[in-house]
Amino acid sequence: MNNPYKPYPVKIDEIIVETDDRNLRTFHLKFLNSEDEAAFQYYPGQFAEISVPGQGEIPIGIASSPTEKGYLKFTVNKVGKVTTYLHNMKPGEIIGVRGPLGNWYPWDKLEGSNVVIIGGGFAFTTLRSSIVYMLDPENRPKFGNITVIYGARNPGMLLYKEELFAWEQRDDIVMHLTVDATNDPNWRYNIGFVPAVTKEKAPSSENAYAIVCGPPIMIKFTLPVLRELGFAPDRIITSLEMRMKCGIGMCGRCNIGTEYVCKDGPVFTFEQLSQLPNEY
Amino acid sequence: MSRLRLTQEGLTEWLRRLGNIYTLYGPVLTGSYHEFKRLQDPGEIDWDYSNTRLSPKALFLPPAEKMFVFSMDPDDPERAILKEAPKDFGPRLVVGIRPCDAYAMKLVDRNFITPQYRDPWWEKRRQETVIIGYGCNDPCSTCFCLSVGSGPFDTKGLDVLVIKVDGGFSLSFCSERGKKLLRREPLGARALSESEERSLQDRRAHAEASMPKFWDEKLVATRPLLDIFNAPFWEDIQFSCINCGTCTFLCPTCWCFDIQDELWQNKGCRVRLWDSCMFPLFTLHGSGHNPRSQKLQRVRQRFMHKLKYYVDKYRNGVACVGCGRCVQFCPVNIDIREVMRLMVSHCQCSL
Repeated sequence: MNNPYKPYPVKIDEIIVETDDRNLRTFHLKFLNSEDEAAFQYYPGQFAEISVPGQGEIPIGIASSPTEKGYLKFTVNKVGKVTTYLHNMKPGEIIGVRGPLGNWYPWDKLEGSNVVIIGGGFAFTTLRSSIVYMLDPENRPKFGNITVIYGARNPGMLLYKEELFAWEQRDDIVMHLTVDATNDPNWRYNIGFVPAVTKEKAPSSENAYAIVCGPPIMIKFTLPVLRELGFAPDRIITSLEMRMKCGIGMCGRCNIGTEYVCKDGPVFTFEQLSQLPNEY
Repeated sequence: MSRLRLTQEGLTEWLRRLGNIYTLYGPVLTGSYHEFKRLQDPGEIDWDYSNTRLSPKALFLPPAEKMFVFSMDPDDPERAILKEAPKDFGPRLVVGIRPCDAYAMKLVDRNFITPQYRDPWWEKRRQETVIIGYGCNDPCSTCFCLSVGSGPFDTKGLDVLVIKVDGGFSLSFCSERGKKLLRREPLGARALSESEERSLQDRRAHAEASMPKFWDEKLVATRPLLDIFNAPFWEDIQFSCINCGTCTFLCPTCWCFDIQDELWQNKGCRVRLWDSCMFPLFTLHGSGHNPRSQKLQRVRQRFMHKLKYYVDKYRNGVACVGCGRCVQFCPVNIDIREVMRLMVSHCQCSL
């Protein structure tokens, strides 16, 4: 068995500044060895440890979809030592990737169902992966209606803007984009917080699953709305964030109750979370 | 297999010969306490020791260890590519581990050797290490191994069990690996006589009788996790804790670790280091949010992980072996036995 702590070497291929505050950048990474790329088989919802030699490792959700070949995409918020260093790196530099890690959104259950995706702020990365995955021509027939509610503080803080506006034009996905507030006269979409927009658009819970990722405050107020719409706790899915090191359920720090978030999660239903200590 | 009897000289001589194949480790008096050290000669072993201050987990999970090395030299074509740090995985013989500590390594195996992932360094060291345990004729006042699935003569984690008897030692071979050691025949060994066997059983009964039994695993295991988590007694337990982490560093079943990168000029390494759930930094998010920011949460995490989460996750007992180190060395006298009693009495009350 391979050493699960050893990162695959990758090259930074492209860096995209995502938001107006320049705090979020998307990194496209290319594997140096094709056999590593072949070994890295992932599903939307999984994460990886990005290894910056000399700085450390950070657990980041995979923003690319397995249907997008040839590179991995990660969107990284600048918060600490490793992320700040990474933000100052240049295309062509060598870093590492370890993974894929953790579980994924329950694609076997989601197939044949309607899928409601609710995201807020920069927690949209694995949701983007999921949308791209479902919209892939081969996969799209497997899913029912796809509804997306995605909000950010203002239009400049939305991730993947070009894609969002392209999805908006399609007829096989319903997009509800929203911002908390804006003075941009060209903003043609919703204004309001995600929970309020969810209530207003009222996506049907019939044969549907909801995937909710966002800041805790958004989740807190969106949950009751979803319950009112008829979503059962085992049909509301989220992805937890925790401080992690090993990513493979060994170093102990992401332990909540019987679960290691890195290995048994990060994807949980609210039914599962209700059985666990509230330490996340 | 029946037990063999050896004099101390015979045992030392046998270990000396085994030392030609294995690197020997054993308990040695260092300053005022014992620790497991690499032996130049098995004569250094102090057979009168009670237990080492630090558990033998460091033999398998060193407190600080290089995982990978790398170069950041701009001219190096292998720049920034991590390579496994070289390590010595030669065969080792650890002599004199107490049965509880050896059993602890088996409990930690469940964390490091899983169907999905295997920790390569832990596994390799476990595979390459033969363990000669040393039965406890006189358990300490803080010992409670019998309450938690082990015992003073427990062979679960051992390849060979040595017990001190009148005028020498008895040896029993508890695994195939242990039996292989007999290829280097212990000179001067003879089978234990019937009366010696009886006196050994008396010692065992004496040792076991000296230990309290106060844990009710089934009761605690069947109680809902959140009910114990939300119990009021945690408030009392955490009150005096100063989050020093001593318990976690001494504990043979505390395996949590940190991973850090170090850089010196153009050379770097990734190291792993013991870490502790007692420290706020253990769970601090980059955003500043900390899911266990309160002392109570951290104290509860340590005990719940050992006595409830581990039990529920693996359905194979608690992650405590009753060695009593945390009881002996806690600077504010927090006693895991008292925590266990409180858990049991909480569970005795109806829901």
